[in-house]
Amino acid sequence: MSTVWSGPALAEAIEAFAPGSVESSAGIDVWLKPESISAVCEGLKTRAEFKFDLLSSLTAVDYIDHFEVVYHLTSLPMNATAVLKSRVGIGRTDASIASVVSIWRGADYQEREVWDLMGIRFEGHPNHKRIMLWEGFPGHPLRKDYVTYDQSIVSTIPDATGGDK
Amino acid sequence: MAIKTQPVTVNLGPQHPSTHGVFRMRVMFDGEEIVDVEPVFGYLHRGSEKLAEERTYTQIVTLTDRMDYVSSMLNNQAYILAVEKLAGIEPSPRGVWLRMIAAELQRIASHLVATGFLIQDLGALGTPLIYAMREREGILDLFEMLCGARITNSYLRPGGVFMDAPDEFWPALDRGLDDIVRTIDELETYLSGNEIIFSRTKGTAVLPPELLINASITGPMLRASGVDWDLRHRAPYDYYDKISFERKLHTASDNYARYWVRIQESRESVKIIKQCIEQIEPGSVRPSFDDVPRLIRPPVGDAYAAIEGSKGELGFYLVSDGGIAPYRMHVRASSLINLTLLRDMLIGGQFGDLFVTFGSIDLNMGEVDR
Amino acid sequence: MNQAFLDNSLWRNIYCVLAGDSAQCAARDYSPGMLPGGMEWLAFLLAAAAIVGLFVNGVLGGVIVLIWGERRLFGRFQSRTGPNRWGPWGTLTSVADAIKTMFKEDLVPAEADRILFNLAPILIAAPALMVFSVIPFGVGTYVADLNVGVLFIMAITSLTTLAVLTASWSSANRIAILSALRSVALLISYEIPMALAVVGVIMLAGSMSLGEIIQAQGVPFILVQPLGFFVFFLAAMAEMARAPFDLTEAESELAAGYLNDYASMKFGLFFLAEFMAEISTSAIITTLFLSGWRGFDPIPSHFWFGAKLIAVLFVIIWFRMTLPRLRIDQVLKFAWKGLFELTMINIVVTAILIFIWPQPTTAQLWYMAAVNWPVAIVSIWAVSKLLGTPAYEQTQPDLNAPTYPVGSEDIPASSAYVPEVKTQTSLQEGGD
Repeated sequence: MSTVWSGPALAEAIEAFAPGSVESSAGIDVWLKPESISAVCEGLKTRAEFKFDLLSSLTAVDYIDHFEVVYHLTSLPMNATAVLKSRVGIGRTDASIASVVSIWRGADYQEREVWDLMGIRFEGHPNHKRIMLWEGFPGHPLRKDYVTYDQSIVSTIPDATGGDK
Repeated sequence: MAIKTQPVTVNLGPQHPSTHGVFRMRVMFDGEEIVDVEPVFGYLHRGSEKLAEERTYTQIVTLTDRMDYVSSMLNNQAYILAVEKLAGIEPSPRGVWLRMIAAELQRIASHLVATGFLIQDLGALGTPLIYAMREREGILDLFEMLCGARITNSYLRPGGVFMDAPDEFWPALDRGLDDIVRTIDELETYLSGNEIIFSRTKGTAVLPPELLINASITGPMLRASGVDWDLRHRAPYDYYDKISFERKLHTASDNYARYWVRIQESRESVKIIKQCIEQIEPGSVRPSFDDVPRLIRPPVGDAYAAIEGSKGELGFYLVSDGGIAPYRMHVRASSLINLTLLRDMLIGGQFGDLFVTFGSIDLNMGEVDR
Repeated sequence: MNQAFLDNSLWRNIYCVLAGDSAQCAARDYSPGMLPGGMEWLAFLLAAAAIVGLFVNGVLGGVIVLIWGERRLFGRFQSRTGPNRWGPWGTLTSVADAIKTMFKEDLVPAEADRILFNLAPILIAAPALMVFSVIPFGVGTYVADLNVGVLFIMAITSLTTLAVLTASWSSANRIAILSALRSVALLISYEIPMALAVVGVIMLAGSMSLGEIIQAQGVPFILVQPLGFFVFFLAAMAEMARAPFDLTEAESELAAGYLNDYASMKFGLFFLAEFMAEISTSAIITTLFLSGWRGFDPIPSHFWFGAKLIAVLFVIIWFRMTLPRLRIDQVLKFAWKGLFELTMINIVVTAILIFIWPQPTTAQLWYMAAVNWPVAIVSIWAVSKLLGTPAYEQTQPDLNAPTYPVGSEDIPASSAYVPEVKTQTSLQEGGD
């Protein structure tokens, strides 16, 4: 049976090697400061006590006043899982966070998907483009304030083919 | 004399017989050699995650069917596990056994489809594919007995399944399992020792296990590289801790190893189903509506549940705001993530291997684009 | 009238009925002809037209039957019924297909080279038909018995590649170009073993004329020349791009390869040519290795030829249904490292045997077969060992090894796996 890192325990362990990076923790979740995500993930992957070598899932949730990027990590050697979260775009400003593609390549398409559908920019992503929708699609559909106007989608198709060329 | 050549960019798909749906690739060729690949997604994007935000937890089951449409039962199972985790529902035992049987049958069906299409991509004109699909028909008939549907089953419900198996299902299942074993033997006789299949698939698209783990690739692709990682064994969900089965591994990590692992896993699935039949207990197949109402209102919070799908780790991340519909649903689609290393697998290879590699990844466009 | 034509019963029957008063015809007891004297040239032309019409329509009819038969066989191999709706046992399905093909819209791509684009279907259909002119379908049933018949067949069948090249170049389609490159590579590689495989047959028969080759087969040459048959059969499959060598069409890779952009009857001609090539290849194999129309007496020679032809066709269809496709480098390796060596062994052994028994009698042909079969089996076994893919050295991981990925320390530096962006942009510059 796999072990699930509890939030406070993981927060303590993270603080040990990256002080000042944890915002809060509860249950099984740890909230990290967005600017420290790279350093923490690098440590979680390489340090002997964690060895989170597989990024299970990367996604984001729109909480109206802010976005939350959610990382589900798995450690194959330790058979353990952990959940990292990070609040970005507080006050619904331009949301961006550092990319973890250089740590886990599995984040490549998942970060593109989050950018495409949720509109969170991943700094340092090597191929930061939309993945499901075409370039020039208006808005990011998984945001809560996205309104589906079918007409507006149709009207942008000429631009889209130009961008896709 | 050196002849001046230049690479040619060719557009493959979305209308192409071997892209397993509507996948598109821009491939740069230098003669027969692949110089660069750029996958283009989204031709089957239906916005399932957005649709889920406007449906009740039970209605979403029908959406999950349509994601990976060759393994609907497994999608249902992953989703239902996430709902149960989120809402704290205690499933009824008979329902769990039934959905394990359904999921393992679906895994066999999915692996048969993967094998059939792999050989089809190798250039066999349909014969192995039809042999595999014929057996899948038998499995679909069993599903029809269980829930009345063949492909988009929607059989599972939070807490179990929506109806018990009819009496004639059990003898039919016994016969079906014998047929499956016979078909797998038949496929192995024809395919595993075939010199053309072996020479085409051995040593192509080799990936080191460390790279596969780094790229979040799971499932048969990871096990074909010799990594013993199966969520049914490592993080057992449902009643997989009461089941003993062998994890089939191969070290080569090439297209043949992936094919081999799928074939062997189908055999193990038959063993798992037989153990389920032995251990299944009578009773209700789902909790009463007093315990699990039709409109589930899980407490505020989030939950992530993952199962070992036919293509890899299939996870559902649900966020609840206390309402009757999820606030956010995210699918950890193994088909999409398994494509991460597509470029690494293809670049430097031959055009002839392109679609073989593609087939050995075993992706489903319904799940890639959702 | 040439004496050679009058030896041919097909020509004689038509020509002499028309112009029976010529000296040669009179000598063969033909009643006075239908045409007045001095009109022999017209009789000759009419006879030629009648024979060409007979052969072309016969071959096209054969193709219609073959398409139906092949699809029915596909159904049987794939445990399904096959076409069974239109006509008894679905026999009219091909007719319906032909009508449908003719009435489809004739599309020409905007960027296509129109002249070459329209020429290619003719170029591919004409040689496929021409091959039939030298094949004896029965005693005295042939258009011409060339004294270089084998050479003629080799030359004519190679023209197919020219048509493929024309088709793919003129349709301005990149996938078609890939198909054409494969086609040329296949031609260059397989023409050589194919020609060398026939050398043994020519040495035994002492002639390149197909008629004389049949006469020389007191024992069918498949028994005397097993290696030659093996190589010729595989090379012929590659020449007409049939599975497992169907790289030019490669349904699952190139979609349809060179005929991607063809529609309507132009596509139909390609389709016809493919099946004509299948029939002609079977006919050539029947003639060279299965003693053509020879058989025992009560059954007429045409039936013997037909039965052998259908048997070879069945084997070709069986191959197509069963085997996956080889990759281009493997196909070329197989030709140069496998088949070429086998033909060389065959030629040397046959030459030694001819040196011992020049002008072999039937008994001596049996002796040759007794020598050739062990040679064939040993050499094919040796080549398969040399070219075969070696098995894996290890398939199961050592779960306790220190380098085993789960639990190991040495996860490689992540920077090594960052995807390169450089080639991505270069791709976009290339455009579609």
